[in-house]
Amino acid sequence: MKNPLLQFTDKGIYCSVAKVYLDPWKPVDKAIITHGHADHSRYGHKSYITHHRNVPIIRHRLGEINVSGVAWGQTFTINNVKFSLHPAGHIIGSSQIRVEHKGEVWVFTGDYKTENDGISTPYEVVKCDSFITECTFGLPAFKWTPQEEVMDSINNWWLENQAEGKTSILFGYSLGKAQRLLKYLNPDIGKIYTHGAIENMTEVLRPLVDFPATTLITKETKKQDLLGNMVLAPPSAHGSTWIKKMVPYVTGSASGWMTFRGARRRRAIDKGFVLSDHCDWTGLLESIKATGAEKVICTHGYSDIFSRYLREQGYDARTEETQYGEEETTEIEEKIIA
Amino acid sequence: MKNFASLIKTLDSTTKTNTKVTALAEYFAKASDTDKVWTIAILSHRRPPRPVNTTLLRQWASELSNIPSWLFEESYHIVGDLAETIALVIPSNPLQTDKSLTEFLEEMIHLKKKPEEEKKEYLYNNWKALDYYERFVFTKLITGGFRIGVSQKLMTKALSKATEINEDILAYKLMGNWDPKTITFQELILEENENDYLSKPYPFYLAYAIENEVHDLGDVQEWSAEHKWDGIRSQTIFRNDELFVWSRGEELVTDKYPELEKLVGIIPNGTVIDAEILPYANNIIGTFNDLQTRIGRKTVSKALLKKTPVILKAYDILEWEGNDIRHLPFIERRELLEKLFQTISVIENLPFQISETIHFNSWEEVAKERERAREMHSEGLMLKRKDSHYLVGRKKGDWWKWKVDPLTIDAVLTYAMRGHGRRSNLFTDYTFALWTTNEEGQKELVTFAKAYSGLTDAEFRKVDAWIKKNTLERFGPVRSVTPHHVFEIAFEGIALSKRHKSGIATRFPRIIRWRHDKKIEDANTIEDLKSLISSTSITTTE
Repeated sequence: MKNPLLQFTDKGIYCSVAKVYLDPWKPVDKAIITHGHADHSRYGHKSYITHHRNVPIIRHRLGEINVSGVAWGQTFTINNVKFSLHPAGHIIGSSQIRVEHKGEVWVFTGDYKTENDGISTPYEVVKCDSFITECTFGLPAFKWTPQEEVMDSINNWWLENQAEGKTSILFGYSLGKAQRLLKYLNPDIGKIYTHGAIENMTEVLRPLVDFPATTLITKETKKQDLLGNMVLAPPSAHGSTWIKKMVPYVTGSASGWMTFRGARRRRAIDKGFVLSDHCDWTGLLESIKATGAEKVICTHGYSDIFSRYLREQGYDARTEETQYGEEETTEIEEKIIA
Repeated sequence: MKNFASLIKTLDSTTKTNTKVTALAEYFAKASDTDKVWTIAILSHRRPPRPVNTTLLRQWASELSNIPSWLFEESYHIVGDLAETIALVIPSNPLQTDKSLTEFLEEMIHLKKKPEEEKKEYLYNNWKALDYYERFVFTKLITGGFRIGVSQKLMTKALSKATEINEDILAYKLMGNWDPKTITFQELILEENENDYLSKPYPFYLAYAIENEVHDLGDVQEWSAEHKWDGIRSQTIFRNDELFVWSRGEELVTDKYPELEKLVGIIPNGTVIDAEILPYANNIIGTFNDLQTRIGRKTVSKALLKKTPVILKAYDILEWEGNDIRHLPFIERRELLEKLFQTISVIENLPFQISETIHFNSWEEVAKERERAREMHSEGLMLKRKDSHYLVGRKKGDWWKWKVDPLTIDAVLTYAMRGHGRRSNLFTDYTFALWTTNEEGQKELVTFAKAYSGLTDAEFRKVDAWIKKNTLERFGPVRSVTPHHVFEIAFEGIALSKRHKSGIATRFPRIIRWRHDKKIEDANTIEDLKSLISSTSITTTE
């Protein structure tokens, strides 16, 4: 029996014909990378191929690497296998990877969302035979409200805190969520301060997207300057002495996990906003249907449950273990409280 | 309903007591009288009986959200709260509703007797028409149990703020048996009504565990000590030739202890006794395990009465000759109690004893008595300042509990389950095992206790992450994990038990610390656990 076009190995998703890995989690010679989050773009590969917009991001994060950028839809052929990148809508520069060989088409989503967030190039349906999908939020309990409504409630929350003379601290992952929040925070309300990790990443992305002005918090920043203003911080800053110096403040977190009442309380966060860079239940089901794929492989998330449901819906669906999802489980589950 | 839902949302989204009190007080200031009564009832666990059982709720919720029931169940395991799961999975199409909390609750009360089809229609209509949070609150009202970090004390404080009635008086008014369906806010809160007070207990005075060295309490002569008995703390009321027995959970449990009826007519009317209900078969104080056979039963059989009779072990007297005497110094109350005991102790076989105070001249002597707690079947000692009043609720200063150090053992984590509420989606409920040697002479792990408290949030998250990566098998919400981690487990009591696989029942097991320094081979054995029994005293339960 011949090997499938894409295989799940201990190093990552592997195309044996082209000898290329997709988002490998161990060092390899040639890697095609969907996006800049740490669980998808790791250190140590000899060469990286990714979208142009992701090049400055992974350069910033991984330093001097051998990387070449390609455009959306641009086909590049390796050993007769045709590869192309298509927008995934997850964060700036995030792609799905389309792989075609002898008429057979596979798509690997990396992470994706169907809602257009206005800063990441919107998700594009790519027709395929086999679809490798994430399912971080693959449960019917997850349903997102439109971004505009969520951002309105975030700005209102900021106004309320300001009226009480408090600093608003909003937690979001330093790549992706922070910029999405920044883009739609209303700078007329007050100044937007940033944690170093967010400031640096935003600086890298400013040539690509027009963002409101930010001010980096330094040792010289006075507590009184912050009062009534907004602080964007990575989840890892929660509970740190860096934050404690900002009293009086109110904390908020924007994440899909905020769907659960327990999640917010467990993290001792005052206010939770349900805002995710992943698909919700309906988003996953609709995009799978739109690809026309018969085979679906579910990777990180509630994959067992989700693939069982897909099988009942008539798909040839299964689960594969990967080492993705760390960005959600590690960054958010761990660092928010750390 | 809108106001109530928004109140619950506010209460649920803050950890700050002050914010909660303010939100509640504001709500009480503007809500209608009937809504206020219902809110008080709900927050003090007096909700109406469940109109629809949870099996049907789950079935209908999965039908309405068009997902298979297994998927609903999986979601429920992950979300950790039924009402929240239902609120999340049901597709929403909110309409405005002006129905009040009272109207909703009255509908739910009537719903109980309605045919199933009508119940289903009622739920469908409301689930669809309410917005997410209202749907959550509505379903919570049906499933019951609002655990949102609002204690009765906190609610009373807010009510006091809104009505300007003294908090202790309110606490007293809110106790006992009142029915939110019939009582008005006027009657419950505002009015003084003698008759209502017939069954009313006084709020319990509760003690904190001693924080520092016992010597720091000062002059030993100012203190009184007695054993802290391991039964059910209760308040027994003798008024108007009637008996009312209240448990500390403010539950009227008179019917569960019919042997106490004997005391009516012997203990005079107008008397309220603070006492421990203790198992007392063959004139020996039993263990809490023995008492457990009595707690769950609604009707008590003659056989059980004979097998596990109970007595009152009296600590204190709160009302005498119809007067509230909680303001008298503790020793004066004790004198009254002892006098009462002397007069009635001439009658044989009364289910009434006094909790003896311990004579001592130094803290060392008290400490020595504490060492005897296990053999006495007590939990340790209670230290009470001789001039202390009987206060309301948990207060520091005059009363302290000084429990015996718990028994501890090192055990291996073998199963894990997701927690509830705040801990849903995290594996925080653990099962622990000890070593034993099976018939073939091989060592194997046998589960002996479950525990879900004692680790910090950060530790729970670490264990949770580890469990997710080291799951062997899944059984619904439960996962078996690779035996790898050793935890030190503490517990208060221990008894042989035929119901437990290990043959041993432990009382109030909890995690003391994560023993990173120990390998599973270093964990204790069932035999080690059993040897702890002989160091206490052997009792058998079934």
